[in-house]
Amino acid sequence: MFVARSIAADHKDLIHDVSYDFHGRRMATCSSDQSVKVWDKSDNGEWHCTASWKTHSGSVWRVTWAHPEFGQVLASCSFDRTAAVWEEIVGESNDKQRGLSHWIKRTTLVDSRTSVTDVKFAPKHMGLVLATCSADGVVRIYEAPDVMNLSQWSLQHEISCKLSCSCISWNPSSSRAHPPMIAVGSDDNNVTYSGKVQIYEYNENTRKYAKAETLMTVTDPVHDIAFAPNLGRSFHVLAIATKDVRIFKLIPLRRENATSSGPTKFEVQVMAQFDSHNSQVWRVSWNITSTLLASSGDDGCVRLWKANYMDNWKCTGILRGDGSPVNGSSGQGTALSAVGSAGAQSQNSVVGAASAGRYFFPHLDPPRAGSRLALLLPPPSLIEPTCETDHTHAHQPPQIRRRYTPALPTQPAEHD
Amino acid sequence: MEEVDVEPTTTLIPGVGLKQKHVGFEWGPGDILVYETNFKLQGAGSGGPGFPFVHVVRKDEDIYSPILRKLFNESHHIFVGLQNIKDDMPSKNKKPQFVSVSKNYRSVIRACMEELQQVAVSTQDTSLVAQYSNQVSILLAIELIWNLCEVLFIDAAPAGILLLHLLDWVRLHKADVDEKVREVLQSESPTHHHAYWEVVISFVLQGRMDEARQILMKQANLQPASRPIYQLMDSLLQKMPIFNPGSTQTLTEFDVKWRHWHEECDRYLQDNSFASNRHLETICKILVGDEDTMLEHKELLGTWYHFLVSRLLFFHPTVKPSELHYYAQSSMDMFLDSRSAPEPLDSILLAAFEFDLHQVIKDCSIALNNWWFVAHLTDLLDHCKLLQSHNLHFGSNLREFLVLEYASGLFSHHSLWQLAVDYFDHCPEFGRVYLELQIERVPLETERKALKVLRICEQRQMNEQVRSICKIMAKRALSNNRLGSALSWSIRAKDAAFATLISERFLQDYCTRGSFSDLDLIDNLGPAMLLSDRLTFLGKYREFHRLYGEMRFTEAAKLLLSLMTAKIAPRSFWMTLLTDALPLLEQKEVIFSVDQTHELMFCLEELTSDNSETKPERPAQDEDIESTKLELLRLALARNLAMAIVKEGTVEA
Repeated sequence: MFVARSIAADHKDLIHDVSYDFHGRRMATCSSDQSVKVWDKSDNGEWHCTASWKTHSGSVWRVTWAHPEFGQVLASCSFDRTAAVWEEIVGESNDKQRGLSHWIKRTTLVDSRTSVTDVKFAPKHMGLVLATCSADGVVRIYEAPDVMNLSQWSLQHEISCKLSCSCISWNPSSSRAHPPMIAVGSDDNNVTYSGKVQIYEYNENTRKYAKAETLMTVTDPVHDIAFAPNLGRSFHVLAIATKDVRIFKLIPLRRENATSSGPTKFEVQVMAQFDSHNSQVWRVSWNITSTLLASSGDDGCVRLWKANYMDNWKCTGILRGDGSPVNGSSGQGTALSAVGSAGAQSQNSVVGAASAGRYFFPHLDPPRAGSRLALLLPPPSLIEPTCETDHTHAHQPPQIRRRYTPALPTQPAEHD
Repeated sequence: MEEVDVEPTTTLIPGVGLKQKHVGFEWGPGDILVYETNFKLQGAGSGGPGFPFVHVVRKDEDIYSPILRKLFNESHHIFVGLQNIKDDMPSKNKKPQFVSVSKNYRSVIRACMEELQQVAVSTQDTSLVAQYSNQVSILLAIELIWNLCEVLFIDAAPAGILLLHLLDWVRLHKADVDEKVREVLQSESPTHHHAYWEVVISFVLQGRMDEARQILMKQANLQPASRPIYQLMDSLLQKMPIFNPGSTQTLTEFDVKWRHWHEECDRYLQDNSFASNRHLETICKILVGDEDTMLEHKELLGTWYHFLVSRLLFFHPTVKPSELHYYAQSSMDMFLDSRSAPEPLDSILLAAFEFDLHQVIKDCSIALNNWWFVAHLTDLLDHCKLLQSHNLHFGSNLREFLVLEYASGLFSHHSLWQLAVDYFDHCPEFGRVYLELQIERVPLETERKALKVLRICEQRQMNEQVRSICKIMAKRALSNNRLGSALSWSIRAKDAAFATLISERFLQDYCTRGSFSDLDLIDNLGPAMLLSDRLTFLGKYREFHRLYGEMRFTEAAKLLLSLMTAKIAPRSFWMTLLTDALPLLEQKEVIFSVDQTHELMFCLEELTSDNSETKPERPAQDEDIESTKLELLRLALARNLAMAIVKEGTVEA
């Protein structure tokens, strides 16, 4: 992996969240500077800020996009105890020429009496539905009954979780077999011995959300939670950021009788548990097909996790700031930064080379330190003599490929 | 649960981690965004300085190389062709097909490699050169491994032919001899060239006896004194038996013949026939399979696997596939000095010689940076039914896992995603779900691209994705005020509510402007009109205008009336319809019949009685206009009724 581009976000305080839109052509950033910025990607891959405005009167924790079926709609939540919904309107033509867009506030959701810690749109098959959670322990579910009029939102449900809430995640499954479901995580430090993840399920008969499950094994504060895309499976997969990264499998149990109106019961299994961050984990998130999970922790690293075809999970890559302290085992990274600019590109690609396949199979001998290690193939007619490579390569990261020097057209002249 | 094996690679993000210790991130389609942050902050802002950068971290750069794109495109055709090879064909007939598929893949790799090499040579930019060189060496490795897998697994040649294939394999990948021989022959005095004997020995080591003899002849001609021993060597080289699979000769017959020749060589060596010329003696030692002599020419062999093949050529040319692994392991041990550990490529080739397919695929996945190779090779091996026969219970899963990985990577590219669709189509277990998840994320920058994505979804009956794409496009068109486009997309999406809303907008526009936009679309709605009541009304109302414009007044009048009596028109629109009736009533000839006029009057009364109840607080001025309009209408209706009665009475009489 390599840094392809750096975007000057120009927020005047900490960035708390960055959110891609559904197609990955736009992104929104939010910050403690109380503003939200919207960025558009041009055809050449550059990002341009097309809107920046003050959204709240406190730190903006999260920003999220609604599905494009509902138009260009954003929701934000803040320390100022509110959440807000924003809609882009097509402005005057000269605005468009200047590359600017207009966002107007459609509603402010003021029901919380404490900081609103997370905001998430429900899966689109449920309509335009928005959930918030707050430090006072309440999950609120709002709905815009008329998708053409986003200024009217009604508070449909208030779920009292009895614990300060930090994060929510909707189950994305659109299968008829799965009623709407939302998982709530709590970072409550005051209550020690209770499950910090609760799962609520919508009941058609009572038209209410009822608690279906509490993950009793998760007793440490939870900071983030993420359902994986369902992939047509009967069970659900939930990733949790707590003192480590955990992946749970929730298998719905067959109801005893079909008419039973109680919530679904689940068999809960731990699929994986990683403590490589060695510390508090703050964020977890799945990629589109849930083949990769990313997590970020107190160690200042983003770690990427992947399961092979036999469901063995591995850390396949680490992203880390070059300013953060080196932690023992990954000395490889520092060697990289020492490489001069001419070699930087190839070094980067070497890292990329290594990352793709690493996680694939369970048993593998660790690479031995030393020069011959990862040199792959001498393209016979192409490589330079390798006799002196031993010491020159000794301080470099392991290389997968041998390098070759292309024959310069001028060289063979002496034999003529 | 968590197995520690390879230390995962670390990618450093410049400028991050100086002020705050946390790194936030966000998944994107082909990349991941990272930024410096502090997750612990729960109160007001830090008030600190800004945190200026969001970094785009990309996974795979190969996909963006224009030359490798050709590899992806061409191999896609081969892949699709391979999937279409019929299952019911007897497996005997399939083998040549699979071998030819394998060769096609390899020739694509070769073509790509050559192009990269040319570009690398002509580029000035050193970092680009390094990048291209890297890619070339990777492709070389891939081709080398693939070729060996083709020989051992796909072609699966028996003893005798096996060695011939291995020789071809070594010759193809140790082509520097040809360069060197050209250099020698082009020099002023080839026989005195410092590389003269290297060339001869290289030819011998590769079993290219005719070429070796040609070169040797040059030397013999110059040295009449030692001509006899040159001739002796020439005849030994000429006589060396080579197995010919086309002939009727059996392997045993060949073996007898070969042994006979071998003994003859040995005899000449023992009686010191070549003692006067150390070069010829060396060659003779190689011919009898002397390993130490071969190892003295390590730099000519280059690799342990060349040594392996040369060793087999002069020691055991009828080697069986099952014996290979023993020779491979020992050749590697002899060739590599004890202090250097084997490299990934060595282990991969060794695993292949041991016929451990699983290990080959595993090691390749780890050592190589793209899924292209493992996905295509595994797919081919799976088609050859090789994964099952090697007792991998997860055979098809492994193939699908790798193909899905490869195709997912393609999907993040702005044009290669179209290739990925076919790969997903050939993954029976998860292909469909992956395609559904990926394709709805393809950016719909233009209508043309949207139609392209839509067609792919429609062909696969992906109804939910079809509906969603149309809905997104409709919504976007509406917010850009392109009503016609919005309407046609919402009709495609079969979204009744949205069609109603847009029809409403059309009617509003008509009321304010007095004309319709997007006439083509509305005129040609056809059965799509039935999607929503309001859309039906819009279509019918436009039809009324058309009839009126074509002076087909009777039909127009009938349609207008039916719009109200059949309750197709919304009540709010009745006044407009009645006003539209005015000019028809004012015509010289009678258009509305007595019954029709009665119905019109009834509609008007129904409307006014409603109005008086529901809208009491109207501005006085509006009220005036409204009442004037009513008066006019009533007058026109009454006059028309009178005329109609007269006319109808006259006709009857």
